[in-house]
Amino acid sequence: MIEFTFWDILRNLLLAARWTVLLSLAAFVGGALVGLVVLFFRIAKNKWSRRIASGYIALFQGTPLLMQLFLMFFGLPMLGLRIEPWTAAALGLTFFASAYLAEIWRSGVAALPQGQWDAGASLGLHYLQELRLIILPQAFSITRAPTVGFLVQLIKSTALTSIIGFEELVRASNAINNATFEPFKVYGLVALIFFVMCFPLTQYARTLEQRAAAH
Amino acid sequence: MGYSLDFGWLAGAVGAIARGAATTILLIVVTTFVGTLLSVLGAAGRRNGPLLLKRAIGVYVEVMRNTPFLVQLFFIFFGLPSLGIRLDPILAAMLAMTLNMAAYTIEIVGAGLDAVPRGQTEAALALGLRPRQVFVKIVLPQALKVIYPALTSQVVIMMLESAVVSQIAVRELTYEADMLQARTFRAFETYFVVTMVYLALSMGLRRLLVSGGRQVLGAGVS
Repeated sequence: MIEFTFWDILRNLLLAARWTVLLSLAAFVGGALVGLVVLFFRIAKNKWSRRIASGYIALFQGTPLLMQLFLMFFGLPMLGLRIEPWTAAALGLTFFASAYLAEIWRSGVAALPQGQWDAGASLGLHYLQELRLIILPQAFSITRAPTVGFLVQLIKSTALTSIIGFEELVRASNAINNATFEPFKVYGLVALIFFVMCFPLTQYARTLEQRAAAH
Repeated sequence: MGYSLDFGWLAGAVGAIARGAATTILLIVVTTFVGTLLSVLGAAGRRNGPLLLKRAIGVYVEVMRNTPFLVQLFFIFFGLPSLGIRLDPILAAMLAMTLNMAAYTIEIVGAGLDAVPRGQTEAALALGLRPRQVFVKIVLPQALKVIYPALTSQVVIMMLESAVVSQIAVRELTYEADMLQARTFRAFETYFVVTMVYLALSMGLRRLLVSGGRQVLGAGVS
């Protein structure tokens, strides 16, 4: 039997944590892009477009992420794509993030006074220019705190991808735990690694929130 | 190659799905009551307790909020036995869910307590109420009314998060789905149906909490 020292455990966990970081980044970037599209539908003038976007958001916010990941994992092969935990994990988290980010940004758009739109229109800007130059920059700026807060939630959510077989931090820790039988130490370390990733972001979100409240 | 959906297995699976949903509901009911009680004590302790208690509650909240629920669950279920604390899966799930939810609701309840004007406490004290009466009868009801919407959202989020406890073999909705798909080989259909059950549960739970809140806390609760 191979003996695992404390440093072996920590080194292996940190190696696996790279995948947690990579997946979080991929899902955040992908979620922001898709979320932007959902946002366009959500704030469009067309009633049906708004309804579809609301339904999309309600669907992702009203069902467990684990189920969304399972549906990705078992649904993608039906579309002829190969099952790979990475694809299912990245896509599943991307759609999950897009719904939350679209809703966060929508609240930012809704918080802007109607005068901002009117001013844009009176300057002769058309709809897309208004959004790009006036509305969205302000909406992003006032929702920076909840956006960072959601990033923390997203990093924690990557833990669920271990269940569909993606080799990130939690899956690696399960394997190490099965070899060492030291769950207290292994899961304690995993919690610590997640804490080190999330806590600075939580603090940053808090600072942003206080700065926004001071204005 | 074509893949055709098949829901023929559903008729024989209704019982299992209903049993799983009942366990999920049991989990969230226990978590909601114990978690809210804990968070009222925690929020009060964080404001009025001794310094050490304030610090401890602060650390607890940060640790729980910055680590994944799945890891907390594994730590409690697999890690605690090495300290001699061995829990049933369902007890471990309830403990993990309660502790996780309390960390979020301590902050919410705390914000509610801060929102009640100081004059309310002073007026009640001037009327001769004891400090505990002031808290229970004057401050807390007003605070709960303010934070009720945030509290209901947290309950729904926790219900959705409870899908994870299937990983320590608690026989709730997701666990039953895992069993069904292993038997029927209809993974996508099974998880689709169960996802819809979750959607119905979360929408129903939200409705119930809103109308229940109106009855208990009075009008103005959304």
